[in-house]
Amino acid sequence: MDYFFTEEQQMMREVAREIAEKKIRPIAAEYDESGEFPWPVVEAIAEADLFRVFIPEEYGGMDLGTPIMNMCIVTEELSKACGGISLGFAATGLGTMPILVAASDEQKKKWLPRIADGTLAAFGLTEANAGSDASAVATRAVLDGDEWVINGTKQWITNGGEAEIYTVFCVTDPTRGARGVSTIVVEKGTPGFTFGKKENKMGIRASATRELIFQDCRVPKENVLGKPGSGFFNAMKTFDMSRPGVASQALGIAQGALDIAVNYSRERRQFGQPISAFQGMQFMLADMAMKVEAARALVYATARLIDSGVEKKPTMYSAMSKCFASDVAMEVTTNAVQVLGGYGYMKEYPVEKYMRDAKITQIYEGTNQIQRIEIAKGLIASAAKS
Amino acid sequence: MKIAVCIKQVPATTEVKFDPETNTLVREGVDSQINPFDLYALEEAVRTKERLQADGEESSVTVVCMGPPQAQDALREAVALGADETILLSDRAFGGADTWATSYTLGLGLKKIEPDIVFCGMQAIDGDTGQVGPGIATHIDYAQATYVAKIESLDKKKITVKRLVENGYEVCSVKLPIVITVVKEINEPRTPSLRGKMNAKKAQITTWGAADLEAPVEKLGLSGSPTQVAKVFSPPHREGGEKSEGEPDELAEKLFGLLKELEIV
Ligand SMILES: Cc1cc2nc3c(=O)[nH]c(=O)nc-3n(C[C@H](O)[C@H](O)[C@H](O)COP(=O)(O)OP(=O)(O)OC[C@H]3O[C@@H](n4cnc5c(N)ncnc54)[C@H](O)[C@@H]3O)c2cc1C
Repeated sequence: MDYFFTEEQQMMREVAREIAEKKIRPIAAEYDESGEFPWPVVEAIAEADLFRVFIPEEYGGMDLGTPIMNMCIVTEELSKACGGISLGFAATGLGTMPILVAASDEQKKKWLPRIADGTLAAFGLTEANAGSDASAVATRAVLDGDEWVINGTKQWITNGGEAEIYTVFCVTDPTRGARGVSTIVVEKGTPGFTFGKKENKMGIRASATRELIFQDCRVPKENVLGKPGSGFFNAMKTFDMSRPGVASQALGIAQGALDIAVNYSRERRQFGQPISAFQGMQFMLADMAMKVEAARALVYATARLIDSGVEKKPTMYSAMSKCFASDVAMEVTTNAVQVLGGYGYMKEYPVEKYMRDAKITQIYEGTNQIQRIEIAKGLIASAAKS
Repeated sequence: MKIAVCIKQVPATTEVKFDPETNTLVREGVDSQINPFDLYALEEAVRTKERLQADGEESSVTVVCMGPPQAQDALREAVALGADETILLSDRAFGGADTWATSYTLGLGLKKIEPDIVFCGMQAIDGDTGQVGPGIATHIDYAQATYVAKIESLDKKKITVKRLVENGYEVCSVKLPIVITVVKEINEPRTPSLRGKMNAKKAQITTWGAADLEAPVEKLGLSGSPTQVAKVFSPPHREGGEKSEGEPDELAEKLFGLLKELEIV
């Protein structure tokens, strides 16, 4: 289907697609097995200017006024080849959003050009006791003269250890609950900032997931983004903008698995004919394709809505796109394994990896239960208004 | 340092068709691409430029292509991959050139550019001759190093390269200016960047014809080509061999019999 991309968006897609096909697909299985961080690919993504697509021109980017749509286009293309490798890119987008949402011009000048050039970023919110309930964060930052002193541990942070720039959510005023949280930028190499062990995961194994450990870590006072106390609000605003990114990761994974399933069904012969000739297979493939296309339409529509700026609070639509696309990805990748039968279950074939990679998209940046809560909240609030 | 790269536009499929009348390649209606080997040449040129620039030296990459007007597409792609300038050598008089006339014409273009290094792919996938790179060097009196797998070092006067030869590698130092043809081992070509693609769209492509090269027409194209193609054909498929099964002793006996029959033993 034609979604009427601008000429530049078309170019972004072509640039990302070439990297996916030439640099990612050939090595995806290897990195999935080893769990190593795919630096050569990340460098190729940076050299191709793709980290610029969600950053404004005045800070070294090339967002051309449609950062979210651009991020979705690139994430989808990269994820078709590997949903784990694409996350190094997408999670940098997530880590950058708080800067885009809340930073001053001076702060933006400090960090955004580096990210545009390919320096990785990460988003540090989750803790052992603060998952779905992000307002329960306990990492503490205390002002001491001109410096914040940070203590605490963030858990399961994507790009942990690999990124240079971390947007970290810390309690700066424990008396005020969620209104006492602030967003503080911490750079790798700051004394007192270390990393825990790398997690051994079910899927997206080429992405790095680690703890961020802060022990009397001192950062300049001016590293706080926005007003102290605005951290929780920044996080929620970030999610409004970043969830279509997870949705497009899910979408790419789903499309990648569907493509493999369709091709396989034309080659595999049983009962004297290709399995694609069986109506039972055809109906399954048709359902997969229909859902992927519906997810794509919703994701793109949401991204365009956000970029247009007409909707002050796109929370409900962001949640819908993330929830729908990730549920579709789980279903489609599971069925792709089914289309390949026993071969699909084997690691020699690429499709079981898509199924393992798809699962995370239903969990992070808010589980799909949390997304449904957001959608229902939006529904009920707008009904109450009318 | 001025660097040039010669690229050729070739059919994108491996199934090339020949015109039975003229015995030349049919190019119409076939998607085209930059000759894959030339992508390695271009990448090495761009990397060399980037290294020089990082050391504070001025450097630029000019890509030259001889071909019909639609070969502009190949040059635009070269811009997306890091080329600074592009020159298309295009003229009816260049048509039907063999490797002699092609390297002569490219040489005339390169003489106007005066590069210190010229990079070429080791061969083109349609003709497979591997003659144009060395031909250029001969026509314009440059040194040459063929089948280069690595640039070991480079300074203002000379270059040291590692060449892939039949029984291993050969390292040689050669004076500039030089024509270098590269093998795939030399690097891993990048994919186009977004900025590159945007530049490619706007790029001004200079076209030089026979008059710009001040070339004697009899030395160009078909009339300048000493090669006469007698016949072009696809090699016949190999017939499947004979297969025998049985006990080792029995098979050895049989094999020996066959070899004797063929008067090999
Ligand atoms: C691979 C990976 C990468 C990650 N990357 C990052 C990152 O870069 N940055 C970051 O900050 N975090 C990251 N996370 C954390 C992630 O966002 C959380 O895991 C997620 O928000 C869920 O929190 P939890 O795991 O603590 O689950 P819990 O909150 O403990 O939830 C457990 C179950 O309870 C359900 N549940 C909870 N509350 C409700 C409710 N109110 N109603 C109904 N059901 C509910 C959940 O849906 C879930 O099914 C990552 C996690 C993983 C696994």
